[in-house]
Amino acid sequence: MSQEMTGSEIVLRALVEQGVDTIFGYPGGAVLPIYDALHVQNSIRHILVRQEGGAVHAAEGYARSTGKVGVVLVTSGPGATNAVTGLTDALMDSVPVVCLTGQVPTHLIGNDAFQEADTTGITRPCTKHNYLVKDIADLARTVHEAFYVARSGRPGPVVIDLPKDILQGPGTYTPPSINGHRSYKPRKKGDIGQIEKAAAAMAQAERPLFYCGGGVVNAGPKASHLLTELVKLTGFPCTLTLMGLGALPASNKQFLGMVGMHGTYESNLAMYHCDLMINIGARFDDRVTGKLDEFAPHSTKIHVDIDPSSINKNVRADIPIVGDAAHVLEDLTKVWKARQHRADRKKMDAWWAQIDEWRSRDCLKYKQSDTLIKPQYALERLRELTGGRDDVFVTTEVGQHQMWAAQFLPFEKPNRWMTSGGLGTMGYGLPAAMGVQVAHPDALVIDVAGEASVLMNIQEMSTVAQYRLPVKIFILNNEYMGMVRQWQELLHGGRYSESYMDSLPDFVKLAESFGAVGLRAEKPSDVDGVIEEMIAVDKAVIADILVDKAENCFPMIPSGAAHHKMLLGPEDQADNPISEEGMVLV
Amino acid sequence: MTERHVIAVLVDNEPGVLARVIGLFSGRGYNIESLTVSEVDAEAGLSRINVVTLGTPMVIEQIKNQLDRLVPVHSVHDLTEEGPHVETELALLKVAGQGDKRVEALRIADIFGAKVDDTTLESFIFRLDGQSEKIGRFIELMKPLGLVEVARTGAVAISRGSEGV
Repeated sequence: MSQEMTGSEIVLRALVEQGVDTIFGYPGGAVLPIYDALHVQNSIRHILVRQEGGAVHAAEGYARSTGKVGVVLVTSGPGATNAVTGLTDALMDSVPVVCLTGQVPTHLIGNDAFQEADTTGITRPCTKHNYLVKDIADLARTVHEAFYVARSGRPGPVVIDLPKDILQGPGTYTPPSINGHRSYKPRKKGDIGQIEKAAAAMAQAERPLFYCGGGVVNAGPKASHLLTELVKLTGFPCTLTLMGLGALPASNKQFLGMVGMHGTYESNLAMYHCDLMINIGARFDDRVTGKLDEFAPHSTKIHVDIDPSSINKNVRADIPIVGDAAHVLEDLTKVWKARQHRADRKKMDAWWAQIDEWRSRDCLKYKQSDTLIKPQYALERLRELTGGRDDVFVTTEVGQHQMWAAQFLPFEKPNRWMTSGGLGTMGYGLPAAMGVQVAHPDALVIDVAGEASVLMNIQEMSTVAQYRLPVKIFILNNEYMGMVRQWQELLHGGRYSESYMDSLPDFVKLAESFGAVGLRAEKPSDVDGVIEEMIAVDKAVIADILVDKAENCFPMIPSGAAHHKMLLGPEDQADNPISEEGMVLV
Repeated sequence: MTERHVIAVLVDNEPGVLARVIGLFSGRGYNIESLTVSEVDAEAGLSRINVVTLGTPMVIEQIKNQLDRLVPVHSVHDLTEEGPHVETELALLKVAGQGDKRVEALRIADIFGAKVDDTTLESFIFRLDGQSEKIGRFIELMKPLGLVEVARTGAVAISRGSEGV
């Protein structure tokens, strides 16, 4: 039954019908009608952030920890432009987000009106799709369609630009169409002939390797179960990308650790030497492949991806399969069983013996100190002291601390690890942690941060205070933009141009000023006590861990190098200067 | 390694769809040799974009896949790859001159099969269709004869045979 209501009421009703329970937003002139409608309902909770960029990251954290679509509401002009970084982040990392932006009334569009920006123009390249609603008759359909687009196929952010007169005008609500989308119909099932080929290649392989990414996480927990089962069934080793951590339990014996620039030695060497690479839901990102013409040179490559444009983009696939990771894993497992394929035991033993030799290099080892807190030590202690819990969610900012967190923290399940991978957005972790905590009020949510990154969205401490979100901000404070400093050391003769952090706040007092608890660790013996208290206290905490300022993140594949040219530690660094070719890469 | 491909894209006729396609080419560094767009099915609200592009086989494959994943795109057809097709372009040329040059311009236009769409005592507007390469040759010949202005549509193409896209 259709009844007349305002545009704002139509929007909220459509959101409720799409299962939305939480919106992250910030009001302003153009969206006042929606805020007015929000005020008189109880179905949707609004979380007031302190800057629109924080709203999008919070929605990303919410989305990635729940598998649902994250929702953002911001005003026109600066509200929309502030959201752009978050939208780009969500696009790069395939996070489903619907962002409602206010717009000036339709008759003022194009007139350079107050707080007018060409939002659909600005966000076109940084969204999966966007809409400008100019007719209220299209409003409900557009909102429903936006949710469909955001979560279908390869997920991504969708913007709906809503002129104020549309929000105020009378219209009728229409429920979601049952006919599906007229042009956007991503393929879910993989081609069975290709899957047969893949299974046959797997049975023939001598040095196979699963290389899996965020696509497995995005395909839902079922995909992770199926991957775990197939890894066990085949006996093959498996490595995960930064975005894929948790898709296979970290404790699984066949898990080799993360792959890529700061991945483990065994993962990268296995990538280089494998004769069959089974890529499921990863995109051959440059942080994983390193030097392309020396990337896994002896391997046949199977590539499963829901986005056909990921296939043959950077690396040519020998057996491409377009489809959803869960569907393809299910079919691949069925075919493997039905054909009674099995790996050659002898060859697999030889492959594992080689991998164990690489593993024995213990690539994550570091020199412990009695006086200085090593960042790796702080994370090891965090790992140990949270080890017994099943409800730990970790977000990060971007830089050295992010890579150490990826190396040292174990993820047993998908959707527990939220980090900005593709875009590398400093300032992601704190707002993302808020979004995770809102979705999981009783969970232990930790933002592993650097002191530089966390300052980029530190205003969100006010949001944390308002909603009493007990997030734990674990700052590995080295008073440097650590990764910038590391690259300057490696590539620019140790000239630390503008990469030190001067005039830092007293993070303990900063926490206290927002009603949170501030803790500090200055020496290794402080670390356990700080972590225990951080976990025990039922409030937001900033734990300022003063770590070794000179520590660098290893192992590392220098830019422009191949996987087997990995540097294991500072001692390797001096012997392997970066090539000129590598200097120009980021 | 670089190949020239004619690609036809069926899209929803909605605001911004052309900007999406052009933005994709500029944002990802692909070439556009020519691009035409027009509604082809008013009832279904469908437009057809004909784009001629240059790239390595891997880049051409990327272009098609990137186009295909745009939400308002219904289908992408690589006419160069799909087989024999008819390709044509339309050009209007303004040529001004008097005396021998004017006569010579008219004579060459006749050889090329160009139509005279308009004339004044000092100028002609020629209309020529055909392969882009043939139009290019005609333009070269008109340059010394008083070529003032050229308008070209860019190539449109359609596959041979009874099947539609």
